[in-house]
Amino acid sequence: MTNHWIDIKNSDCILIMGSNAAENHPISFKYVTEAQQNGAKLISVDPRFTRTSARADIYAPMRSGTDIPILGGMIKYIIDNNLYNKEYVAAYTNAPFIVGKDYDFDDGLFAGYNKQTKSYDSKKWAFEMDANGVPKMDRSLKHPRCVFQILKKHFSRYNTALVSKISGTPEADLRIIYKTYGATGARGKAGTIMYAMGWTQHTVGTQNIRTMAIIQLLLGNMGVSGGGVNALRGESNVQGSTDHCLLWHIWPGYLKTPRASNFSLAAYNKAWTPKSNDPLSANWWQNYPKYSISMLKSFFGENATPKNDYGYDWLPKVDDGKHYSWLDLFDEMYKGKFKGFFAWGQNPACSGAHAGKNREGLKNLDWMVNVNIFDNETGSFWHGPGMDPAKIKTEVFFLPAAVSVEKEGSITNSGRWSQWRYQGPKPLGDSRSDGQIMMELGNKIKAQYQDGGTFPEPIRNLKWDYLAKGEYDPHAVAKEINGYFLKDVTLKGKVYKKGTLVPSFGFLQADGSTSSGNWLYSNSYTEKGNMAARRSTQDASNNIGLYPGFAWCWPVNRRIIYNRASVDLKGQPWDKENWVIKWDGAKWSGGDVPDGGWPPLGSLENPNPKSRHAFIMRKHGHGQIFGPGRADGPLPEHYEPLECPVERNFMSSTYTNPTAAVYGSKADVYKTCDPRYPFVGTTYRVTEHWQTGVMSRHQPWLLELQPQVFVEMSEELAKLKGIKNGERVLATSARGRLECTAIVTKRFRPLKISGELGSEVHQVGFPWCYGWLKPKSGKEESANLLTPSTGDPNTRIPETKAFMVNIQKI
Amino acid sequence: MRLNRREFIQISGATAAGLALSRCAGKGGLFAPAQQAKALRIKDAKETTTICPYCAVGCGAIVHTAKKGDKRVINIEGDPGHVINRGTLCSKGAALRQLSENSERITTPLYRAPYAKEWKKVSWDWALTEIAKRVKTTRDATFEAKNAKGQIVNRTMGIASVGSAALDNEECWIYQALLRAAGLVYIEHQARI
Repeated sequence: MTNHWIDIKNSDCILIMGSNAAENHPISFKYVTEAQQNGAKLISVDPRFTRTSARADIYAPMRSGTDIPILGGMIKYIIDNNLYNKEYVAAYTNAPFIVGKDYDFDDGLFAGYNKQTKSYDSKKWAFEMDANGVPKMDRSLKHPRCVFQILKKHFSRYNTALVSKISGTPEADLRIIYKTYGATGARGKAGTIMYAMGWTQHTVGTQNIRTMAIIQLLLGNMGVSGGGVNALRGESNVQGSTDHCLLWHIWPGYLKTPRASNFSLAAYNKAWTPKSNDPLSANWWQNYPKYSISMLKSFFGENATPKNDYGYDWLPKVDDGKHYSWLDLFDEMYKGKFKGFFAWGQNPACSGAHAGKNREGLKNLDWMVNVNIFDNETGSFWHGPGMDPAKIKTEVFFLPAAVSVEKEGSITNSGRWSQWRYQGPKPLGDSRSDGQIMMELGNKIKAQYQDGGTFPEPIRNLKWDYLAKGEYDPHAVAKEINGYFLKDVTLKGKVYKKGTLVPSFGFLQADGSTSSGNWLYSNSYTEKGNMAARRSTQDASNNIGLYPGFAWCWPVNRRIIYNRASVDLKGQPWDKENWVIKWDGAKWSGGDVPDGGWPPLGSLENPNPKSRHAFIMRKHGHGQIFGPGRADGPLPEHYEPLECPVERNFMSSTYTNPTAAVYGSKADVYKTCDPRYPFVGTTYRVTEHWQTGVMSRHQPWLLELQPQVFVEMSEELAKLKGIKNGERVLATSARGRLECTAIVTKRFRPLKISGELGSEVHQVGFPWCYGWLKPKSGKEESANLLTPSTGDPNTRIPETKAFMVNIQKI
Repeated sequence: MRLNRREFIQISGATAAGLALSRCAGKGGLFAPAQQAKALRIKDAKETTTICPYCAVGCGAIVHTAKKGDKRVINIEGDPGHVINRGTLCSKGAALRQLSENSERITTPLYRAPYAKEWKKVSWDWALTEIAKRVKTTRDATFEAKNAKGQIVNRTMGIASVGSAALDNEECWIYQALLRAAGLVYIEHQARI
């Protein structure tokens, strides 16, 4: 989230789309409700009438996978009706940037598409630069090749009639939504979006979010209180685990995993440190080498020296252009490429798209380590449905982990708040905290490499001193993450002693004199103490619910990021009441930690040379309406899901995302417009269960509340198939089958996709919170047995929210 | 404990007493609320604050752990001093005690041998030693110093890892450090699914 949970109360209009927050983030509704009580409108757009929809002022149905048409239509409406904040758009976004002459868009394809590689050459989308290497701009937004004009032209095709034809959303609903949300473009008004995996789990997932980000930039909703782009993350520490980068493509703090072409530390830093020639661009990532070298110092301690490139060569490199992502990982496993596998606090036999393929893959392993609280469908895959243990070679080590209340440490919520939690009881029986297990395993692996082994340096040299008297010490790690001065360092006339904690990432150095495991968390555990453990209920002076003394938030306790866009060019808040920061003529005073202390621009004609553009993390300092860094185009465009019920894309002859991730093993079957699979399927969760249910199916209360996997369907579809409410039915897709209980409900209604199809589209939905191990009947299985192994080309997140199924009586 | 006990009683006392009263009424006797409050099971329990382990709203809860006997969790409830949830919890958060106090939890390491039909209990030392041996054998056998283009890559291709958003930040950090030092490139977790 660019903002945070409590800030939702400050919104004037809340769009919940791609999320069912009332069900899956129930306490967030405390703040949605508070906003509504203060006059805010709640809009819910969803294939199903959900618990969120039940509280909404406006609800509209849609066909799953058609978010870009719906939002694209909103962009057109906002521009056509002059609802955008022109001053904001001209000053803070890249709308004035001139795009080079090579850019083109024709029939669903952007310039630079290569049919063989199914990828784009994004150089064709580059901005035009002036003689100094600064992007050319037309702040009047009139140049025919400026981003604003290109945007206007691009989305002019998304008229409500066509959008309705694609999405099945009635035109009248679209208009009222566009009008209501578009009204937040007025100064002092703020609209927010709450989305979740309902947006990301599509072959156009990234562009779904880009479309909304464009809307937020046009309406001046970024950086302001009650605004922002807010991803509702589904797990208690999925924000923290992403920040610390348990992901193939990034190092802690969103540094890049080195590519093979980054042959030295210098080459690596050069490749990933952006350069801006604009003196008004803060270009914050110019500090990249300070963060990467400080991180290497945390990895390898005293063993990291300038002579050995701080151990840069000891860390693995990935091939340029190759993906090692979730879908790729399980594809490789299916092909038998791995011998060993760790499934640590995760249950991919139920959670991953195309779970059947993943389960087959587990058979190809020599050994697996499964760390969890409970037995689960991954660790026990070898005696699951259709498995013959006598034929499965995989050795499995199950290590019992402690529950969160049995250990100490911090987790980071969706609003980027890192919060410390304490140990209640000791771990039950002989279970151990994950940290304890990791430390001991690390020591055992180090022991294996004491006397040789292949390339032992990284293992031997890894700094691994986080045990205190044999016990894992989360404080020691938290301090390492924050970072230390490793020598006496004098900065701005002040001496910082060797061995003391750095106050913030502003103090990190690129010469090995500082360490920091994750620069983004630098400032979280300082000489003033453990910031994440703070409990002050005192609000900041602007009284908008920032609570700056409660827990700690990255970066540097800034609760609303991009907040220098919450003010006009003179530094005065767009919203006088719910202001975030304000300029008093000499400094930013009160409220939130400003996004850099530079003064406001003053004016666009004669900007204050001491100022910096508002979007400091972007190379050119502007919010990116036009995004040349994406795999599938600089602007969003509608493509049909890989499996869909329509035989053509009404926007263009480019049917599906031409860059989508697809796989070619015999398990990877996709069936679109196939009469055997006529209904649109989607997946979701329920309040009473969590993810695959490993941490909820064992609780008697929760299992009693939601005991069975079900399929929700409309009364019309039930009638068509002769299915009664409560009956067990069989759902099938091209990949698998799922027995489930039918819930016949008004929450789903057939959609009229007008025109050429001339028929109704039926949608059905499944919760994916079950697995064969529990409940004991063995009949409640994972809905991911049905979902496809295809995904977004940028994130490679699987498309589990739109696929085709059939439903039949058993 | 992070919440002042007095503050806690002030905020939640009325509710707790009301609840106690209704329970007593059911048993056929009425006690003064103050007298009943004295008998609360959490009276001498250790209080610690926690953050709910389910979704990412980050609600606060108070954990009451017995100081005597089995020293297990007696009660978990919403933390009224937490600025996000102000004492409220959803059904999962409200059932949190059943997560830690659950007879179905596995409490010793288990091992399943190739082609075996059952788990067997093993010691931590044996399990971790055997895992470390396999990490070394597999790493050494599948280590790539250079890729097909001859570029230095120093990576382990035969081991992959998934997990976890269920770990604490500090655990995430040391886990990724260990995996990367071991040369893994296939490192993923819940963020994508």
